[in-house]
Amino acid sequence: MEEVIAIAIGVLAASGVWLILRPRTFQVVMGLCLLSYSVNLFIFSMGSLFIGREPIIKDGVPQNLLHYTDPLPQALVLTAIVISFAMTALFLVLLLASRGLTGTDHVDGREPRQ
Amino acid sequence: MNGINPLIIAPILLPPFTAAIMLWLGEKHRPLKGWLNLASTLLGLLISLVLFVWVQQTGSSGSFGVYLPGNWQAPYGIVLVVDHLSALMMVLTGIIACCALLFALARWHGAGSSFHALFQIQLMGLYGAFLTADLFNLFVFFEVLLAASYGLMLHGSGRARVSAGLHYIAINLLASSLFLIGAALIYGVTGTLNLADLALKIPHVPEADLGLLHAGAAILAVAFLAKAGIWPLNFWLVPAYSAASAPVAALFAIMTKVGIYTILRLWTLLFSAQAGASALFGGDWLIYGGMVTLLIAAVSLIAAQRLERMASLSILVSAGILIAAIGFAQPSLTSGALFYLISSTLALSAMFLLSELIERSRSANEIALEDDVDLLPRTVQSLNPPPGSNLDDEQKVVVGQMIPRTMAFLGLSFIVCALLIIGLPPLSGFIGKLTLLSALLNPLGLDVAQDEAVRGNSWALISLLIFSGLAALLAFSRIGIQRFWTPAERPSPALRSLECLPIVILLSLSIALTFKAEPLLRYTRDTAAALHDPQQYILSVMAARPVPNPSTAQEAQP
Repeated sequence: MEEVIAIAIGVLAASGVWLILRPRTFQVVMGLCLLSYSVNLFIFSMGSLFIGREPIIKDGVPQNLLHYTDPLPQALVLTAIVISFAMTALFLVLLLASRGLTGTDHVDGREPRQ
Repeated sequence: MNGINPLIIAPILLPPFTAAIMLWLGEKHRPLKGWLNLASTLLGLLISLVLFVWVQQTGSSGSFGVYLPGNWQAPYGIVLVVDHLSALMMVLTGIIACCALLFALARWHGAGSSFHALFQIQLMGLYGAFLTADLFNLFVFFEVLLAASYGLMLHGSGRARVSAGLHYIAINLLASSLFLIGAALIYGVTGTLNLADLALKIPHVPEADLGLLHAGAAILAVAFLAKAGIWPLNFWLVPAYSAASAPVAALFAIMTKVGIYTILRLWTLLFSAQAGASALFGGDWLIYGGMVTLLIAAVSLIAAQRLERMASLSILVSAGILIAAIGFAQPSLTSGALFYLISSTLALSAMFLLSELIERSRSANEIALEDDVDLLPRTVQSLNPPPGSNLDDEQKVVVGQMIPRTMAFLGLSFIVCALLIIGLPPLSGFIGKLTLLSALLNPLGLDVAQDEAVRGNSWALISLLIFSGLAALLAFSRIGIQRFWTPAERPSPALRSLECLPIVILLSLSIALTFKAEPLLRYTRDTAAALHDPQQYILSVMAARPVPNPSTAQEAQP
């Protein structure tokens, strides 16, 4: 399972970085989105990956680390998702403002000289 | 000790409360919101001052106020800590915020919606970042601070602001991603996010995990250094700061200092000299990175044509000096750097306010904001004087001209400001630089016989410090001559007293620093000593106990 997650994070991050380096604002937004997905998965996997383990103490389950997974990264991911989502929304508004004011969707606000 | 502790969270709670009232008031009642904002900012400054006085009262270096917001003991819950460094930065933030706000009240706060609410949220982020002692909580406060700064950066709108803002937001979102990756890596290796607990755990990290820990720390550092403005991660800074409206830029003068504060805090805690295998990890990177930043910013300063641009580049110069000075991990140098930080932040913030007033007197059609494209200097106007102007000594009719009062005010303030930024005597900028130079030349202190020779990179930093002063001197004298001495038919600008007041406050504080340098230097010396010996900090955080539940307390009493 570690391999699958690692490859998924790698592919997401690589596509995100490539898109961020593109000249159009919409590509940059998509790149930032993909990058934040990969970061969220990364934080999540830092709490070590298990299937079917409880994050919070439950009656009937022996209270030792073999039967529980780390709940903290899950809480962190939740915060990170909310923040990155809000920031992306803000970036989209600015993208539209920039498109309206400059008449182009180039990140510099003007087309490169041919 | 217990009486003061709840006050630690007040600077974080006050701004969102005020912002909520303002949002509830809606778009109307702008003057009311303005005065509300001012009252709240002043109250925040007052609380910071109380904390500032408090940390000094209880002992020279061993006083830490610890507050547990969730009432969970240290490594499990979030901790807020006020110590010498946080209190100093909070007071500085409060002063600059008050001055920027006074300036904004004259004109700028009407240029867009929600200025006051965003301003308060920005303050919440700043105070929070200075107070928190938890890595992830730091991330949250950074995001609060940045979210508000995006709004403030775009305040006033316009093409230049939107396109500079686009870059500013993109680079900061990217830096936030790096922050998260770094924090996650550190959590993965050590299993904690509490700074004091991290400082305890890092010396015992097994050797196999050291690579991962260092990679995490380096990624984290890249995120902070991008905010602090290290080369080559600082290309966003100059366009963004020069495009922002004057009061916002003045407030942003403290923003790069947040990056520097975080580096100072994390690096001295996590990789202190006692940190075993990871002791002083990455110090050389800070030294060389700071010096390259300093060199490039100083050279660009000579080429800059607009006052806002020069002020932004001066921020980079001071960031370079501070980063390099921190990297030496030498208490006397850190103490000098902190003094320089205060003096330069006050001066730069005044310079941003002043530059708007000075440029206002030049008619708007002269150089548009976007017209920074041709970076080559224009020939100085006085080489071909406009007809009718009287420059020749031989000609007899030299009409004595009255200097208008506003121009006199602007000129004098400009000179004081420039002296502070360049670091020429007699003002506090000079004292700051002198302390840095003397600490570099005498690593062990003045009264100790110097056994070891001054290191090579100390000489490099000394020469760069002097070179940057020369570059700033050249640049500021040239622009001063262009703006104030060239004869030109232009009306002197109309100034409002509310716009002059913050400049007067900032500059007189800087002048007061010159006379009161000794007590402040003593304070920064204590701060640096506490930073480089973090045991006391760790002990205070770990010793903080949650307040007992009232019901269990009652049971325990009888």
